[in-house]
Parts: sequence; C-alpha cells; structure tokens
Amino acid sequence: MTAAASKYVWSHKHLLGLEHLTAEDIRFILQTARGFEGVSTRSVKKVPALRGKVVVNLFFEPSTRTKSSFYLAASRLSADTLDFSASGSSLSKGETVVDTARNIEAMGVDVIVVRHKQSGVPQLLAESVACSVVNAGDGAHEHPTQALLDMYTMGQRLNRPDFDFSGLNVAIVGDIAHSRVARSNIHGLQKLGANVLLVGPPTLVPRTFEALGCEVHHDLDAVLSRIDVANMLRVQFERITSQAFPSVREYATVFGLSAPRLAKMKKDVLVMHPGPINRGLEIESAVADGPNSAILQQVANGLAVRMAVLFLVHGAQYMNAEGENDE
Amino acid sequence: MATLTITNGRVIDPASGLDQKTDVVLSRGKVEKIGKVSKPGGAVLDASGCIVSPGLIDPHVHLREPGQEDKETIATGAASAVAGGFTSVCCMPNTNPALDDDGRIEFVYTQAAKAKLCNVFPVGAITKNRGGEELAEIGLMARNGAVAFSDDGIAVASASVMAKALRYVASTGRAIMQHCEEPTLTQGAVMNAGVLATKLGLGGWPGVAEELIIQRDVMLNASIKCRYHAQHLTTAGGVDIIRRARKAGQPVSAEASPHHLLLTEDACSGYDTNAKMNPPLRTRDDIKAIIKGIKDGVITVLATDHAPHTREEKELEFAAAPFGIIGLDCALPLYAKALIESGAIDWPAMLAMMTINPAELCGLSGKGTLAEGADADVTIIDPSESWTIDVSQFASKSRNCPFDGWDVTSRAIATIVGGSIKMNRDKARLKK
Repeated sequence: MTAAASKYVWSHKHLLGLEHLTAEDIRFILQTARGFEGVSTRSVKKVPALRGKVVVNLFFEPSTRTKSSFYLAASRLSADTLDFSASGSSLSKGETVVDTARNIEAMGVDVIVVRHKQSGVPQLLAESVACSVVNAGDGAHEHPTQALLDMYTMGQRLNRPDFDFSGLNVAIVGDIAHSRVARSNIHGLQKLGANVLLVGPPTLVPRTFEALGCEVHHDLDAVLSRIDVANMLRVQFERITSQAFPSVREYATVFGLSAPRLAKMKKDVLVMHPGPINRGLEIESAVADGPNSAILQQVANGLAVRMAVLFLVHGAQYMNAEGENDE
Repeated sequence: MATLTITNGRVIDPASGLDQKTDVVLSRGKVEKIGKVSKPGGAVLDASGCIVSPGLIDPHVHLREPGQEDKETIATGAASAVAGGFTSVCCMPNTNPALDDDGRIEFVYTQAAKAKLCNVFPVGAITKNRGGEELAEIGLMARNGAVAFSDDGIAVASASVMAKALRYVASTGRAIMQHCEEPTLTQGAVMNAGVLATKLGLGGWPGVAEELIIQRDVMLNASIKCRYHAQHLTTAGGVDIIRRARKAGQPVSAEASPHHLLLTEDACSGYDTNAKMNPPLRTRDDIKAIIKGIKDGVITVLATDHAPHTREEKELEFAAAPFGIIGLDCALPLYAKALIESGAIDWPAMLAMMTINPAELCGLSGKGTLAEGADADVTIIDPSESWTIDVSQFASKSRNCPFDGWDVTSRAIATIVGGSIKMNRDKARLKK
C-alpha cells in the first residue's frame, strides 16, 4: 500500500450508487471483498463481523438471485436477516415507501437493502431513516453491487489484482437505456480506468450516453475485435412488446453473442452476463457455457462483494460522532 | 363602499402607459380618479416608495375544489392569491369532477363569493371530463362565466378534436389555453429528457413534445383564427413557433411561469420532487430563449401554474409524486428576480404581463387597468423590500415550493379587491 492509500478511510454510511464514489472507494470495496472470498469455501461459512446486527431485505420488486445473494452475505457475516417483500409501489393510496422503511427501522434494524422499480428510492430512504441503506437496484438508475461484482470478476479473470482497468475496452451490449446495471458499470468502470463501449439498437442505446464519456455503437460486428470484456445484458420482455426493436429474431441475429462472433473476438475475451440469461437471444449457449464465460463466477463473487458492502456501510455508522461520515 | 385614496405612489397603469407619482381614488368599487388629491375624503393609504399597480391577475392556477380539498380550496387558494398581491385568478378545470359544465362553472363563482377574498374566474374544460374525445358544453359554460377553455394537465391530443374545439371556442370569443404536450412522446416522462435524466434513470420529457403540439395547433388554427394561448412555455423551439405565428398575424399568445424562468433541470438531481413539473424544468438555453421571448414581446403573460399538493404526495418516489408546485404567495418577487433584476425588462413591462395582458386574454372587462371607471382592484408593491421566502408562512394550504429559503426583493404589501383592502402588511400606512 502506498502512503496515500494507507491514510484512506471508508466513510460511506450508505451505498446508493457508484456515481458519487471515488476510484479509491470502489477499489477499497473490492479489496475488502477479496478478504471475504475465502469464507464461502470454508467448512464453517461464517464470520462474526455483524453478529447481533439486523439486515433487512426490503424488496419492492421481485428478485431471486440478488435477494438470495444479500441474504447469504448477511448470514455469513452472522447478522440476523429479515425478508420483507412488498409488492407494487406506493402511489397515493396505502403506505408510502418511506412509511414502510420507517416501520421496519422501528423494529431495530442496522442495514436496509432496498430494491424498487422507481429510480431514487434508496436515496429517499437514506434521507428518511437513520440506519444504513444499500441499493439493490432502483429503476433505471443504479445497481451498484452488480457492477461491483462485475468489476471484481474482471479483476480476478484478467489478473488485475489492483483493479486498475486502464487500457481495457469493456463493451456493454443490449438495453442500455433502461438498465441500472449498465449505469453502475459505466460509472465504476470509467473510474477504474476502462473505456466503455455501449452497443445496441439506437432505440435502446441513445446518443445521450456519449455525454457520460462512453462510445456509442449500433453495429456489434464493427467493434468485436476491440473488445476485452463483453457484458451482455438481458433483453427484457417489455422491450419486445414495446417494439424497441422489431423482433427477437432480428435482435438475436444483429446483437446476440454467437459462437461465430466469439471466434472473431480476442482469444481471451471475457464474457459476462448479469443473469438471468435468455439462451439463444442475447447469448448463445455455447458462449454462455464456454471457457470465455465468467457468468457463474460472477454469481459466486456477488456474495463476497455484498459481504464487503454490508460490512463497510455498517462500520461507517459508527464514524458519525467523529464527523467523518460524508453522506 | 367607502372611498379610499392611495397617495404618493408610483402609479403604473400599463394599459394606458401611465407611470407617474400621483394619487388614486377608489370609490364604490371603482377607480374614481387618477391624479393629485389635495384633501382626500375617507381612508388614505400612503403608498410612498411603492408602486401602485392594477390588481395582479394570474390566468393559470389550480385551486383543487371540488374534489381535492386536502390540497387547496377556492378559499385557501384565494387567500394565497391575496397574500401574493393577486386580485384575480383563473382556475383550471382539472378538478374532480372536472369543470366541464355550466353548473360547475357556477359553483366556482359561488365558492369564491363565500370566500370574499379575490376574484376567481373559472376556465372550462374543452372536452368532457378532459377526456380529449367529446367537446364539453363550451357554449353553456361561456354563457355562465367560463373565461377561457383548457384541458390543462393534458393536451387535446387528437388533431381532429382540437380543430373542432378551435372552431367552436372561436364562436364564443373566448381563448383556448393549451397544455402543450404530445402524449405519445411523454409516456413515463417525469423530467427533461437529457443527460441528467439518463444519469438519474428517470423518464425523459423531450422538448419536441411541446413544440409539436404548438406547431400543430398553429397550423390548424391558421384559417380558424381562434384566440390561442400556449400555457407554461418551456422550450426555445416553442418560443420560436409562437414568434413566427404572431408575426404572421395569428391571435396567438403564450405564458411563462416563475419556475421555468429561474430553475433548470439540475434541480431534479437528488430526486427532489419539488422540482418535478409538467412541463419540466429545462436548460439554461431554454431560460434564455424564454426571457428573450419576453423582452421581444413574444411571451406576453406571466402565470404561476399554482399547483398545490400534499406533503405525503410529494414525499413519494420521484416517478410517483405528482407534478407541480405552488406559486401565488411568492410569484411577484420571483418574476422580478428573473426579469427586472436581470435587466431584461422594467416594472411597467412586467406589470403589463400581470395585469392588462391576462385581462385581455381572459376577456375580463374592467380588470387589469386603473382607467377611471375600472374595477377598484389594486396591488401596492414595495419594489425594494428584501425578504426571505418561508413556505411555513404561506396562506396556501400546501407547502410544495422549491423557493423556500430564497432571498428576494420586492413584495406586494397591500391587495385591494373591489375597493376593499384584503391584505395589508403595513398597518401604519393606512389612515382611516
């Protein structure tokens, strides 16, 4: 560690997104995750870091893998966990999101992990409750832990243990416009030095993203040879019904990662996907299950990354008194 | 009604071009005389250091009654108006039920008369239940006092319904006020389309959705020539279309709102629901174009779009929270900040946009001027009073205002409606 790095102190009580974190913050999370990686392979898969603490999964939108991953991560830190699924959003009728969160907090909770279909809900909760808030995906805004586990996987697979991604071309392919995974990845990857290429039809990859410092491409074949990492996003069913592209057949043909396309890419290109995958649509089975794929490794790494996040945001709660908390 | 003489003020009557230090005598609910009075009979209001203006008129407010009285009522909305120096407001028909027949138009007058604060003029719906399909009873509403027609909150989306509405409303002599939003381009839209909306992951409301409706309406109206008014203009492109239409001699006007003159989309970062408006806050360049449009006389009316909402509603997620903010209590100094303090226009020009121009738009005869014989609606403005906007002091029932805590200069210090003083901040100025 350099002298500057040794002075670094994590100070974020919440994880609402990657946009407002520094490269140092992100690397610190990823390095902390590395420390937790071994826990999952031990015979006793637990450490006492959050013993006696309560982590609530407050999911307003259905989720299996993210919710399970947070649940297991909290369990491995020895926290008590509570799953609170609420359907729908709080419109004018009924309990508001803020009310729900305040009620849960009143039960004595240390961390709320929240997912909601509306952008900005984690921030709204962070302003309304005293405990830590972790964003598990809000609307089309951010999904920071997914991007963190993507970057963790890249560091691992590309042998960049310092998480310096300078010189890497990372392509995110698919529905960028509606994707929170894409936004968190854009912020995170750029901070760690990567060049981000966004690829997809113009209806799903608008030019506005150039203002965020990304390359925008509508022709996957034209950029294949430059790509070091291809992150293939899931095609959402809603985009098919809303005619964001003419047909599944056309999308799969033009933007799907097929074996012939893979053959034209760099030999050691890393293929990732946040899951769940539509086999044969955005990615062919031979590619998803092949040696370039890191898909299952991403899932495994999700645990370590989420353990690190829960551990760090909770720890930051106790820095309030010293005035070092900046959120 | 007793006589009231307002002395020593700078009397500005944009309708007649008057701008001089003199006295105004109000008697029996009318303006009796403008000119120096040596021995005033009755009460005297000392307006030294102040501007004496025709009563301010806001042609675009939402008073929520009937149906959403938890947000505002005609009485509380009128109180908010009087507190801000407005003597007349025109309320939009997006109530529940909508103001879409003559009985409901009369209801507004009844409630306003009970409140005894300011004049409240109802704007009738263009289509039944603002559904955009069948024309509402425009003729009956016009006969019963609807001062204009609008489906505000939504545009009349169908070109064929709009063409019919323009023809029909033209026959009443009233104006159509259009909420300019092409709805197929704004599905799920909650803020200006652009980089910030992209970052925040919020649905974008593109400026072209406003421009398309204005352009379409101007084309439809070319031969019909109904008086047409574009509400709450937000885009540079919209200003250009209005400019060209006016140049071509069409009876077209447009209004600007305080928030669209002072705030940009940046106010949405952090998901502040008090920055959620429809149409949305836009960019610096749009603000510049709107202010230029005002300077050039393209935009001739100022309107708050006073839109009360409860605290609970505004505490929802950004996408779920309702659009709009309140404006009556604090509009005057905000307009002054945007237009006078910036050097764009002077007091007489700004007051024209708040008095005679909206009066003409809504056909309010006897309003908007201090001509002898006009209604005794007068606003006294201290142009140099510095104060801090404090929403907790508002007369409105709601508190959704992004200008809370702003330091402003100029304030309505007295509001006189029909010759009687409805608001007076400085009791020492009044001698009975």
